[in-house]
Amino acid sequence: MEERKIRELPGLTARRKVADAVARQIFRVISYSVVAIFGGIVAYILVRALPVLSFTFLTQPPRGGMLAGGVSTCIYGTVALLMLTAALAVPLGVAAAVYVNEFVGRGARARVVRAAVNNLAGVPSIVFGLFGLAFFVVFLRIGASILAASLTLAVVVLPIVIVATEEALKAVPRDYRLGSAALGATRWQTISRVTLPQAVPGIITGTILSIGRVAGETAPILFTGAAFYLPHLPDHPRQQFMELSYHIFAMATQASDIAKSMPIAFATAFVLLVLVFAFNLIAVLYRARLRRRRAW
Amino acid sequence: MVAPVVKYDRFSFWYGDFQALHDVDLDVAPKSVTAVIGPSGCGKSTLIKSVNRIAELEADVRVAGRILLEGEDVYAPGVDLVSLRRRVGMVFQKPNPFPASVFDNVAYGPRLFGVMKRGELEKIVEESLRRAALWPEVCDRLRSSALRLSGGQQQRLCIARCLAVEPEVLLMDEPAASLDPTSTQKIEDLIVELKENYTIIIVTHNMQQAARISGRTAFLLNGRLVEVSETEKMFTRPDNKLTEDYITGRFG
Repeated sequence: MEERKIRELPGLTARRKVADAVARQIFRVISYSVVAIFGGIVAYILVRALPVLSFTFLTQPPRGGMLAGGVSTCIYGTVALLMLTAALAVPLGVAAAVYVNEFVGRGARARVVRAAVNNLAGVPSIVFGLFGLAFFVVFLRIGASILAASLTLAVVVLPIVIVATEEALKAVPRDYRLGSAALGATRWQTISRVTLPQAVPGIITGTILSIGRVAGETAPILFTGAAFYLPHLPDHPRQQFMELSYHIFAMATQASDIAKSMPIAFATAFVLLVLVFAFNLIAVLYRARLRRRRAW
Repeated sequence: MVAPVVKYDRFSFWYGDFQALHDVDLDVAPKSVTAVIGPSGCGKSTLIKSVNRIAELEADVRVAGRILLEGEDVYAPGVDLVSLRRRVGMVFQKPNPFPASVFDNVAYGPRLFGVMKRGELEKIVEESLRRAALWPEVCDRLRSSALRLSGGQQQRLCIARCLAVEPEVLLMDEPAASLDPTSTQKIEDLIVELKENYTIIIVTHNMQQAARISGRTAFLLNGRLVEVSETEKMFTRPDNKLTEDYITGRFG
């Protein structure tokens, strides 16, 4: 009985129902096409990479004028670069976010820092590359190296880390901070005992994702340390290194035999994609684990 | 009358350009319950949050006049906010236990002030939970999460958390507003009990609640204190026409 009544409501005519169904289908198609684009890219890269992709591609260095062998030295260089970048950028970014979000909060000082962060995030990465060359490599006399490239990449990732950390801090309910302050806690006591412990999972996830986002950046390392070809692994942060994204660039544009180098470029691209997905996966798994363990 | 523990002296309060309190004069006697009533947005919460200076954490504020805590102006330059807030505890409208164990919640305050010895903390936690009438319900689950307690238990836990730092004054901002009638009853009983040892200022929306638990009631309207008197008198023979209109439900 009730149901009949609802169906007969005069407002809900057949035309409106059709419009609703059509809108739903349009948005469905559009959102699935995003999935299709992503899947298509990965599939295309995989197909083009298949001729050279194998386990030994991961474990061997490039050989034969870089037209044979694998990308082990590039994987090593990329991982070393990202680890050093994280070690440099994360403490700085977290500290800046805590300062802005917890100590300053409002007012002119916070606005200045936030404006700087936003502008930093908007600078094209090639500009960072040029800056890294001029400042870290030349002026500070670090020389083209893993260290100089990591410092440059750390500047690129810094605003992303700051924003991610701020989001994590903002997700901590204000009631906790007020409750802590009302008990006589100083600012720092509240941060160290209540806010930060609550925000740590978000901060860690956010920073891992940030690092994943700059894993494929080529411009910042182009002038600051990435090498076209190195016969050996670097064993010191002051040495140059091979890196996946730069290797793709080299294989796609600089190689002597395009027919041989393009599959290598695509295979390298596939490895880089898997590496970035791995970062995202680690972040997601870590967050899930922390949520479970903290069954509060 | 005995010397007031808290004395508002021509106290005015601004959030930015908005004046939330106008020249409030109010004396709060020791070991008493003072209820603050008034319609939403009249400045009730601000009135109590300005005693422990929590209001200024949320916005840019400005004050005029004084609030004296045992004779000392809490807005005087150089006042130590940490010791002020230790002396003036606060219970919020929504229970806000930390996402930690029952024990760690109550021990939070003492730990801030350097009490680290296990035995000493255990004593303080038990004592505080007993005073908040929560001990029998949680004594066998001190290690479990405070967030698993019911809303009413959480609010009494927050009261115990305040008591653990031995305040003189307890500010309560509609402490039962989010609770069911049974839990509200328990909180009210507890407030009447706590009055023996603490000075309590409670904001409430509920006039029956004010009538049940308070000795004195203050009626606030648009940031101005309209009337303060003995609760019984307030609810039977108010002096002011506005008070009468409010408590008889003509507005608010």
